[in-house]
Amino acid sequence: MRKKILLVSRHAPYGTTTAREALDSALAAAVYDQDISLLFIDDGVFQLLKSQSGREIAQKSLDAIISALPYYDIENIYIHTESLAQRHIVAEDIVVANVILLDNTAAAKLFEQQDHILSF
Amino acid sequence: MSILHTVNKSPFTNNVLKTCLEMCSESDSILFLEDGVYGTMPNAPLNDLLLAHVNRGTNVFALSNDVQARGLSQKISDFIQLVDYEGFVKLATHHRCIQSWY
Amino acid sequence: MIFAINVLSAPYSSQASYSAYQFAKSVIAQGHQLHRVFFYQDGIHNATTLATPPQDEFDLHNAWQELAREHHIDLVICIAAALKRGVLNQEESVRYRKNGSNLAEGFSLGGLGQLIEAAVVADRLITFGN
Repeated sequence: MRKKILLVSRHAPYGTTTAREALDSALAAAVYDQDISLLFIDDGVFQLLKSQSGREIAQKSLDAIISALPYYDIENIYIHTESLAQRHIVAEDIVVANVILLDNTAAAKLFEQQDHILSF
Repeated sequence: MSILHTVNKSPFTNNVLKTCLEMCSESDSILFLEDGVYGTMPNAPLNDLLLAHVNRGTNVFALSNDVQARGLSQKISDFIQLVDYEGFVKLATHHRCIQSWY
Repeated sequence: MIFAINVLSAPYSSQASYSAYQFAKSVIAQGHQLHRVFFYQDGIHNATTLATPPQDEFDLHNAWQELAREHHIDLVICIAAALKRGVLNQEESVRYRKNGSNLAEGFSLGGLGQLIEAAVVADRLITFGN
C-alpha cells in the first residue's frame, strides 16, 4: 500500500546530523516505493546551497546527495519561499533544478495532503 | 483532514513557533509540550498571533504535566486548553497527521 | 488505531524520549495498537545496557524494557545510527572487534526500512525530537 509521506527538513546541514538523516530516510522511503515528498523549510533551505565542501569539516557534502535525489525517484521536492527570502537565497544559489516553490498557504496545503509527516 | 502541530521549544529563545503558525490552517490544532509550554504565557512572543489563530478556529492545547512541572498553572493564557498524555493521544487520533516542531 | 513512534533524542539530555515513553504508554492504555517505536539519531541511546541513572531518579531505559515486555512492543534502533554512536549487539561487537556489546534486552537493531514499514502500517506516526 502506497502512503503519501512528507519529510519536513528544517535543520541546517553539518551542525547537527538531522539534515543528513532526513535525506537518508527519504532515500529509504523511496526504496520502499512510497509516495514521497520532501519539504525544505527554515534553516533546511541551507542544505540546497551550491558549492558545499563537507570535507573541510570531515563530513559528506549534502548538496551531492540532494542533486542525486531525482535518480532515486524522489521528484516531489518543495522549498518554502519565505525561508529562502529570509535567508536571501535566490534560484541561482540552489543545487536542484526541478523544485516546486511553496508560499505559506501552499505549504500548509501540502501538509494536509499527506498520510504521514516525518519531522526532521 | 487536519494537522496536529506539536511545539516543544520556548518562543522566548527559539522561533520555531513562528513557522508553525505560518503552516497552521484554521482546522489544525497546536499542542505545546516540554519547554514549548512557555509559549502559553500571555506575555510570550507571538501570543497575539496565537490568539488570532484561536479566533479563526484553531484549538491550542498544552500538556498539563509540563505546565505544572514548570510552575505555570496560574500563568497561562485563558484560551489554552490543558490536556494530559491521554488527551495528547486523543488529539493524535482526531487529526490526520502530526508535525513535530522542535 | 495503529500508532508508530519515531524517537530522535537521547534520554536525560532532553525531555523528548520521556514524552515519547508517556505517549506510548497512553496509546496502549487507550486500547490502540503500538506497531513500533523506532529510535533514530541520538534516540538510540535509549537502548544501552550501560546507562546507570541515580536510584532515586526515573529509569527510562528500564521503563522502555518493561513496556516492551508487558505489551510485546517492537523497539527498534537504527543500526547505522547505533554503530556510529556506540550501541552494539553481540553480533556487531564481534564483527567490528569491539570489547563488548551493550544493546539492552527488548531492543533490536534494524534499518531505516523499519521506520518506513511502520509508516506504511500505521494510521498515525509521531516524532519526538529535540
